[in-house]
Amino acid sequence: MAGTAQIVTPGVTTLEQPKIKIENLRKTYEVRGGEVIALNDANLDIMPNEFISVVGPSGCGKTTLLNIIAGLEKATSGRVEVDGKLVTEPGKDRGVVFQQYALFPWKTVIKNIEFGLKLRGYNKAERREKAEQYLEYVNLKDFAHAYPKELSGGMKQRVAIARAYAVQPEVLLMDEPFGALDAQTRAQLQEDLLKTWQTEKKTCFFITHDVEEAVILAQRVVIMSARPVESRKLSMWIFRIHGIKRRRWIRNLSQSRMRFGLKYTRSIWKYKNKKCQGGMGCL
Amino acid sequence: MNASRVSTRLITPLSVICGILIWYALSKIPSVGAIITDPIRIAKTLFAEAKAGSLWTNISASMLRVLGGFSLGLVVAIPVAFVMGWYKNIRAAIEPWIQFFRTIPPIALIPLVIVSQGIGESAKIAVIFIATFLVMVISIFQGVRNVDPTLIKAARVLGATDRHIFFEVVVPASFPYILIGVRLGLASAWTTLVAAEMTGANKGLGNMIMEASLYFRMDLVIMGIFVIGVIGLAMDKGVLYLERRLTGWQELRKS
Repeated sequence: MAGTAQIVTPGVTTLEQPKIKIENLRKTYEVRGGEVIALNDANLDIMPNEFISVVGPSGCGKTTLLNIIAGLEKATSGRVEVDGKLVTEPGKDRGVVFQQYALFPWKTVIKNIEFGLKLRGYNKAERREKAEQYLEYVNLKDFAHAYPKELSGGMKQRVAIARAYAVQPEVLLMDEPFGALDAQTRAQLQEDLLKTWQTEKKTCFFITHDVEEAVILAQRVVIMSARPVESRKLSMWIFRIHGIKRRRWIRNLSQSRMRFGLKYTRSIWKYKNKKCQGGMGCL
Repeated sequence: MNASRVSTRLITPLSVICGILIWYALSKIPSVGAIITDPIRIAKTLFAEAKAGSLWTNISASMLRVLGGFSLGLVVAIPVAFVMGWYKNIRAAIEPWIQFFRTIPPIALIPLVIVSQGIGESAKIAVIFIATFLVMVISIFQGVRNVDPTLIKAARVLGATDRHIFFEVVVPASFPYILIGVRLGLASAWTTLVAAEMTGANKGLGNMIMEASLYFRMDLVIMGIFVIGVIGLAMDKGVLYLERRLTGWQELRKS
């Protein structure tokens, strides 16, 4: 199957403990006249240092899944474990980058980055030093004392990323972080993200609505379908992208984007458009 | 571009000058002039009253009442609004009362206040307190409710506790609304003051106008109205200036 996406079953045979374990996760919302099922029986294992991306139409429960992993929402039933520990609330092992940047507008750039460090108990000098280090890392040193309103969208997202990185979480949860950016900025940030992921050994859970972005970034792509009406079951197709090929891509991302990305993208699209047959069974 | 900006700046002073000219012209119509005194005489009255010192006594008496009632209103409105915004049950208990009393013009409460407090200073301050509290509590409460939930989420994933979220996110995020509340509160304090003073007081701008009208001193009445307007405007500008200094971080539409 060289050159095309290989479909594999979840929970690839490995002796390693999964970093994130999602088990029979179910989430329903009460609405007027009944309940809406956002997630039904979702199962997924994410390995340490794995980069996984999740694609799917809006309303398929991607963000709900991320919020539950982050500890911002409670599941109706089922469980999420990070490092074998049940997730009940946000923890310092997990960092989140939001699509709408979520910078504190009354804080300067550097104060935004320092905020998380302050909550972790770093003293003033340590805070400043670490914040500056991460600010330099996202190339925004000159804007340390600017307010978010003075920055462009791409710069704001870089600050948000620096803020999430600064507290050094092992798991990075990203909810369409580049969704609102122009193509050029987005490509740059994707490249930066992959570099960090490789150097800092993080586990990434990356939500996007852009199949191409998912294919370029992730080792595995999870596709979530829109709410299936009959079975009410979340369905995920999971694609594993060949390791060797990926490494070559990352080395030369812009070329790879065109050469290989398309092939994968096309075959994923094919599955994305298929009607769901229910559950993980259709993998 | 530059020329148009200059002409925009000129519009405001031109408008003021035109207004004064129209005022002057109107006062020259005999039947109108008996009530609307011309601006020159008003200016003379203003200087005379200022020189005699009675103007300052009246202004300071009024200012003290306004600032007293207003500060009391602000000090009570801030915690009440935050508690309302933060705790659903307390909101459910308090909100109907605030909404009910808000619809009553504070002036309608004056007889009640006079009966219970007499006509001393405390009566005036009580009326102003009620008026400003109700206006400010609503506006600050809106601010607390409008805090962007994504910011709260972002703080939580960075490790913030409820206390952190309150002091580091909710309070600064609602700060612009507090300033809007201050602005509305000051305006309402000032308007209520004059009404309160007209009911009975021995000094104050409202009282000055009331007494002057009894002696048909229309120049003094109009001078008083003018002074009230100028002070109100100055207070408003002061708050606006504060707003620019303190909440410059806000993203605003440029117009």
